Amino acid sequence: MNKSSSLLRRRKLVQVAIFGLFRLSAAINGIALLIVVYFLVARGWRAINWTFLTQPPMDSMTKGGILPCIVGTLCLSLGAVLVALPIGVASAVYLNEYARPGRLLRAIRIGINNLAGVPSVVFGLFGLAFFVVWLKMGVSILAGSLTLGVLTLPVIIGSSEEAMRSVPDTYREASLALGATKWQTIYRVVLPAALPGILTGAILGISRAAGETAPIMFTAAVFYTPSLPTSVLDEIMALPYHIYVLATAGTEIEATRHLQYGTALVLIVLVLGLNLIAIIYRARLQRRR
Amino acid sequence: MEHSLKIKIKDLNFYYGDFKALHDISMDIYENQVTAFIGPSGCGKSTLLRCLNRMNDLISISRVEGQILLDDKDINDPNLDVVTLRHNVGMVFQKPNPFPKSIFENVAYGLRVNGIKDKAYIENQVEKSLVQAAIWDEVKDRIHDSALGLSGGQQQRLCIARALAIEPEVILMDEPASALDPIATQKIEELILQLKRSYTIIVVTHNMQQAARVSDVTAFFYLGKLIELDDTQTLFTKPKLKQTEDYITGRFG
Repeated sequence: MNKSSSLLRRRKLVQVAIFGLFRLSAAINGIALLIVVYFLVARGWRAINWTFLTQPPMDSMTKGGILPCIVGTLCLSLGAVLVALPIGVASAVYLNEYARPGRLLRAIRIGINNLAGVPSVVFGLFGLAFFVVWLKMGVSILAGSLTLGVLTLPVIIGSSEEAMRSVPDTYREASLALGATKWQTIYRVVLPAALPGILTGAILGISRAAGETAPIMFTAAVFYTPSLPTSVLDEIMALPYHIYVLATAGTEIEATRHLQYGTALVLIVLVLGLNLIAIIYRARLQRRR
Repeated sequence: MEHSLKIKIKDLNFYYGDFKALHDISMDIYENQVTAFIGPSGCGKSTLLRCLNRMNDLISISRVEGQILLDDKDINDPNLDVVTLRHNVGMVFQKPNPFPKSIFENVAYGLRVNGIKDKAYIENQVEKSLVQAAIWDEVKDRIHDSALGLSGGQQQRLCIARALAIEPEVILMDEPASALDPIATQKIEELILQLKRSYTIIVVTHNMQQAARVSDVTAFFYLGKLIELDDTQTLFTKPKLKQTEDYITGRFG
């Protein structure tokens, strides 16, 4: 009796210790984010004002604003998702609903997994060689969106597949048993049920695309342009590349520190805002069930 | 009352890969009757049921030999469209599986996928099916609410309404009440007795009392073979074979 109660105490202690470690790990994540945001806000908030958000850079980028960068990043990340979402969802439908297991399927999966592991600068070089030069798109929103689209494709395929896998087979059976074709089943039952998960993938894709620098520095972004884009073949400025430029290549790196932090803050808020739209939309979808 | 032949199964063998799940099954199923398939787990009763609307097509390693004639037409004929077959042979599953859509859209689904656009017809058909499935009074005020908000028993009757909406001739039920409580089960059983006036019904069940209560004909399966087939009353009171008697008296199973 005595022995078992001391054993019980030990077992409980072990549980408390282990759960404490888990809690700490989770806390470290939150703290890291808080520190990043704290630094950005503390050092960047002074840069943020109406001019900063609505004017192009001036005086060798030591004054003025970052409007072209904001517009550029919006164009690029939305463009990337417009490219990657249809292709990604279509691929996921194929992989999860149609493809017969076998060598071809395995090869495609290996391909997708490797695509996810390719460093982003390699995507940049690929985009330069393929879209910019070979397809003669030039340095443009189009070339940059396509490059970022390829980069986000594995994320979107992965989360779409996961979402479709979690749709119970009983839905598919019910649909087929009612005389629906396979395509009707996918279109009317599987995809709607998987939509929230697919949107999560799109959110991750947008965030990833908005923050990338390497893939766009050869394909879409330029050092400086005061004008806003009028066509998808225009070159543009972009937030991540602008931060990079200010921090490494400007003439007055120290004098623009607050602008760098301010730009970073805007980038984070922008990504958060894009995520928020998708999250609200997803929540609304789930509530409609 | 004479019943006409609806489905004729002739020398049916069924394989999952190398495993032979059904051995030389031959039986007749009659119109406006309830036929029950009973037997222990793994005896092949659900497999046979799923042969009748070719649900087993979904399993790529499955193979069928022999014939299943629905109104004298071979349902495995490559020229026969499986979508048309499933239009005529509806199915209700073991676990209620309404779509995550509204009650209305669940029942309308079969009509919509079959290309029906006429709104008035769809509305009329949805109401008719819900009435037939004895759930209309419970849902008529919230027909556009999510079907997932219904209780398990209501969901199952909704699934029956969904199957009825496309006016099949045969309804297959795969243990339709096994996930439900006794009161919901009773409602489903009453419903089955109602529906047999207009449909041919085949019920797979683990529950022998249920088979005795609802069916006209009972088929007992064991290890992929049809052991005994008879009037339900005869099979349960005077089984011809010892094996059947042992099963229905609960000595094994």
